[in-house]
Amino acid sequence: MDIFQLTAVELGQKIKKKEISVVEAVQKFMERIEAIEQDVNSFVTIDKEGALAQAEAVQKQIDAGELTGPLAGVPVAVKDNLCIEGQLTTCSSKILGNFKPTFTSEAVLNLQRAGAVIVGKTNMDEFAMGSTTETSYFGPTKNPHNLAHVPGGSSGGSCAAVVAGEVPYALGSDTGGSIRQPSSFCGVVGIKPTYGTVSRYGLIAYGSSLDQIGPIAKDVTDCATILEAIASHDEKDSTSVLREDYDFTAALKDDVKGMKIGIPKDYFGEGLDAEVKAAIQKAVEVLERKGAIVETFDLGLVKYAIPAYYVIASAEASSNLERFDGVKYGYRTEEYDGLHNMYKKSRSEGFGAEVKRRIMLGSFVLSSGYYDAYYLKALRTKALIKAEFDKAFAKYDVIIGPAAPTTAPELGKSLSDPLKMYLGDIYTISLNLAGLPGMSVPVGTDSKGLPIGMQIIGDCFQEKKMIRAAYTYECATNKEHETIAAMSRKEA
Amino acid sequence: MANVISDETIEYVGILAKLELSGAEKENAKQDMEKMLDYIDTLNELDTAGIEPMSHVFPVNNVFREDVVTNGDGHEAALANAPKQKNNSFEVPKTIG
Amino acid sequence: MAKQYETVIGLEVHVELATKTKIFCGCSTEFGGAPNTHTCPVCTGMPGSLPVLNKQVVEYAMAVGLATNCKITQVCKFDRKNYFYPDNPQNYQISQLYLPIARDGYVEIEVGEGKKQVRIHEMHMEEDAGKLIHDEWDDSSLVDYNRSGVPLIEIVSEPDMRSSDEVISYLEKLRLIIQYLGASDCKLQEGSMRADVNLSVREVGAAEFGTRTEMKNINSFKAIARAIEGERARQIELIEEGRQVIQETRRWDDNKESSYAMRSKEDAQDYRYFPEPDLVPIVISDDWIAKIKSQQPELRTEKLERYKNEFAIPQYDAEIMTGSKTMADLFEATTAICKKPKKVANWLMGETLRLMKEHAIEADDLKFSPENLAKLVLLTDAGDINSSVAKEVFEKIFTDDIDPEQYIEEKGLKTVNDDGALKSAIETVIANNQKAVDEYKGGKEKAIGALVGQTMKAMQGKANPAKVNEMLREMLK
Repeated sequence: MDIFQLTAVELGQKIKKKEISVVEAVQKFMERIEAIEQDVNSFVTIDKEGALAQAEAVQKQIDAGELTGPLAGVPVAVKDNLCIEGQLTTCSSKILGNFKPTFTSEAVLNLQRAGAVIVGKTNMDEFAMGSTTETSYFGPTKNPHNLAHVPGGSSGGSCAAVVAGEVPYALGSDTGGSIRQPSSFCGVVGIKPTYGTVSRYGLIAYGSSLDQIGPIAKDVTDCATILEAIASHDEKDSTSVLREDYDFTAALKDDVKGMKIGIPKDYFGEGLDAEVKAAIQKAVEVLERKGAIVETFDLGLVKYAIPAYYVIASAEASSNLERFDGVKYGYRTEEYDGLHNMYKKSRSEGFGAEVKRRIMLGSFVLSSGYYDAYYLKALRTKALIKAEFDKAFAKYDVIIGPAAPTTAPELGKSLSDPLKMYLGDIYTISLNLAGLPGMSVPVGTDSKGLPIGMQIIGDCFQEKKMIRAAYTYECATNKEHETIAAMSRKEA
Repeated sequence: MANVISDETIEYVGILAKLELSGAEKENAKQDMEKMLDYIDTLNELDTAGIEPMSHVFPVNNVFREDVVTNGDGHEAALANAPKQKNNSFEVPKTIG
Repeated sequence: MAKQYETVIGLEVHVELATKTKIFCGCSTEFGGAPNTHTCPVCTGMPGSLPVLNKQVVEYAMAVGLATNCKITQVCKFDRKNYFYPDNPQNYQISQLYLPIARDGYVEIEVGEGKKQVRIHEMHMEEDAGKLIHDEWDDSSLVDYNRSGVPLIEIVSEPDMRSSDEVISYLEKLRLIIQYLGASDCKLQEGSMRADVNLSVREVGAAEFGTRTEMKNINSFKAIARAIEGERARQIELIEEGRQVIQETRRWDDNKESSYAMRSKEDAQDYRYFPEPDLVPIVISDDWIAKIKSQQPELRTEKLERYKNEFAIPQYDAEIMTGSKTMADLFEATTAICKKPKKVANWLMGETLRLMKEHAIEADDLKFSPENLAKLVLLTDAGDINSSVAKEVFEKIFTDDIDPEQYIEEKGLKTVNDDGALKSAIETVIANNQKAVDEYKGGKEKAIGALVGQTMKAMQGKANPAKVNEMLREMLK
C-alpha cells in the first residue's frame, strides 16, 4: 500500500514499529507534493528543509522514547492563518505577504508536542473570507477530484492537500463552515469543535466570537486523535474553556444503539441538490439500521442564521483587520502623502475584493446610528438561534443534515454573486453562532464523481456523541469512498 | 424595503475603514451593500423584543491574569516585521503638522 | 450692562494605575526604558495575539469606585473603540462603554467656606496608547509601544464645576483619594494623571447648557486654570459676536496659551463601539466588593482625626501632615522612630514646606528618609546641636538625605559640652567686654545678649546658647 493511502494514525504506527523512518515519510510526501502541487495549489509555503530538520529531531525523540503518541513523526500541513514562529504566515493575503510571526499558535505548539512534522502552510480564502479558496492572493486551490472545480473554502488548501495525498492530515479553521464545507467538497472528514475547545491564540482572527480551529483528515479516527492533541485549556485565550473531557478517541465506538438523531426538515427543503439529499438520506438510513432512533423535526430560524452571521462576522472582521495598516508588519504602499493616505493606500492595495466588501459592511453596521438596528438585532437573533438548538438537543443526541446544498462548483462561477455564495453556508453557519461542534463525513459522490458530505451536529461539549455516530457510519460502510483523489493528470 | 446607499455613505464608510475605493469599486460596493442590507433586513421579521443580545455563547466569566511580570525585552520581536523603523521605533508619516 | 456668563465644566480624568504589569499582558509598566523594550505580541497588536485581563486592574478600579461613592457594575464588560492612529497598535482601544465598572458616584470638594458635591457619571477601565516622537528634521514620527497597554481608569464627572478653582479642588481631591488607595501615584507632569476639560458657557440664570468643547493635552494644575480661562474667553467672544460655538475637540498649547481644533476630514469620531469578543464578562460578587472595601486603607479624613487623637497635634498640623500621602507616610514613619510627633510636624510644616517652595517641588517628590529626620529631631532635642546648626543640617537632609550624625561628626558641628572650655571662653569674653559687663551689672538685662553672642562666636557656634547664658549669669554674680 502506498504511503499516501495511509491515515495519520496508520502512518504513526508504521513509524513507531520502525517500518518507515520519519525522514523517509517526509521525503515521500515531499515527492508527492512536488509532483502534483502545480495542479492543486494547496500550499502557500512548502518548508522542505524545515520539515526534514524537524523529521530528524522527532525521530531522535521517538528513538529515545520521549515521543510515544499516535501522531509522532507524522507530517501535517497547517492553514496559513495559524502563526508559526519564523514561518511565513500570510492568510493568503498580499497585506501579510512577507509576515513572519514571532510566536507559534497554541494549536500548532500542541501538535509539535505530539511530535508532528510541519511540512508547510496551506492556501485559503483571503483572511478565511470565502467559500471556494478563490479569494486567495496566491491563486485558487483546485479540487483534486476534478481540477476544474473548487475545493470549497475557506480551508480549501488543507482539505485538498489531504485528499490529494500531499499530507496525511491538516489543520483548518472554521468561522462559518470553513472546515466542514471544503471537507464535504473534497471528501475528507473535518471537525469544527465546540467554541473554546481549541485555543485561538495564534490564529489570525476573522470573527473572534465564531472562529475555531479543527482537524481535517481521511477518517474519523484520525480526526478524533488530532482533536485530542490540539484541544487544550489555554490561559492565553480568555475564551478558552476548561472542559471536563479531552479524550475524544474514547468515543470511537461502533455503536449507535438507542442514539436519538434529529433530522431538521428545514435542512432538506428548497435549494438542496437532489443527489446530495439522496446521499444524506441513505447515510441516515445506515445509522438507523445500526440502531439509532431517527426523527424529523422543525429546527426553525434556519434562514435567519446567514444574515445574523454576516452582520456579526463582518463587524468583528472590520475591527480585527484594522491592525493591518502598514505600520508594524506586512505590506506598506510604496508612495504616500501623509499618514491617512498611507493607511488607505496600503489597505486598499493589500486587501482583495471580498475582504474589502466585508470590511465595508462591518464598518457600516457598527457606525453611528446603525449599531442597534443591525448589530444588536443580530446578537438577539443569535440568542434565539442558540435557544432553538437548546430545544432540539433536549430531544436529540445529534442532529444530521447536509454540510452544503451542492457538491463543489466549477472554478470561477461563485465570486460574481457574493450573496448567492453566502447562501451556500446555510447549513453550517448557525453552529458558529451557537458555538456548537459539527463535522463533515464523506457519504459518497454525485453523478460527476464529486464528493458529498454529511454534517453531524452535536450539542455544546458533546463532540463524543458526534464522533461516535460518524465512526459507526464509517464502520458500517467500510469507507466506501476514495480516501485519495485519483489525480488523473501527472499521476499514473 | 430596499436600502439605498449614497455616495456620501460609501465615502464616509471608506474613511472609517481606511479604504480608498476606485470609481468602479465604489459602485460595486454600493450595490453589494444594498443587496446585503436588504437581505439582513429579513431579520426584522423576527420579534426580538425582550431578548438579551448574546455576545458570548457560554457563561464563562472572570478570566484573569495575576499582576506578575512575565515578559522581558521584546523590542527585537516587535520590530522584526516593521516596514520602516528607526531608533528601535516604528517609523510612520508625521502625525502632527 | 455687560451680560454675565457662567462657566460649566465637566472633567474626564485619566489615571494610570500602579500595577506592575500592563492591563492585558505580562509586560512591565515601568517608566523609561529604551523604545519598545517593554512590549510583546499582545501590546504591539501582533496578528493572532489575545488579551488576558490583569485582575489587579479590576481591584484598583473597584477601590477607586468605592472610595468615590460609586455603584459597582456587578456584570461589566469591555468594548472595542475603533479608530486609526499609530500609537494604538490594533487601531482599536479596548475600553468600556456599555457596562463600565462603576457609575453614579461623587466626591465632596471645599469651595470657599462651604462644601460641594461633584458627581461622577461613570468610571471605566481601558488601555493606554503608545508614545509618538516627532522627528524635527525628518518628515516622520516614531512609535514606541512601551506605554501601550498600561492600565488606565477614566473618571467622567457630571458638568458640576463652575470655575477653575473648583476644577483644581476636584482634581486635588481625586488625586488624594487615589494616592491614599495606592492605586496610582497621580503625577500630572509624568502623565499618570491627565484631564480633558469639557467646557461650555451660558448666561447666568439660563436653564440650558451651552455647546461644549473638549480640551485635551493639559498637564499641570496651572495649565488647567489657564486653559479654562482661555476657553471661557474664546467661547464668550464667539457668543458676543453672534457666532456659534462648535462642538469639537481642541488641543491646548500651554506655551502659546491657546487651543486649536483637532478636527480633520479623516477624523470622523465614529468609534463603532461593540463588545470585545476576546474578553469575557467580569462578574463582581457582593463578597468581592466587601473584600475590596475591607482592604481600603485609611483615607484622609480618618487619618486626620487619628493624628489629632493619637499624636496630639493641632488641627492645623494634622491638615498639613495629611495633605499628601507622601507627607503623611513621612510623618508617621519619622514619629515611629523618634516618638516626638509635634517636633516632627514642626520640621515638616516649617523647613520642609519652605524648602519645597524654594526648590519648586511637590510633596510627592520628597526624597529624604524618615530615619535621618528622626535622628535630627533626637539630636536637637538632646541639645547635641543647636537650632541654627540643625537648620543647616536639615537642608542637607532635604537635598541629599545625609545621615545627620555622621555629618555633624565630620563637620565638627556638635555642641561643646566641656564646661572647662566654655568657662575659659567666658572669662576671656568678660575680660574683653568691660562695657557690656558694666551695663549688665548696672541692671541692663539686655546687655547679656551681646555677651552670649561673643561667647558663641568664640566657641564657633558649637555651644548651647542656653547653657552659655546660664554660665555667664553665674560668673557675673
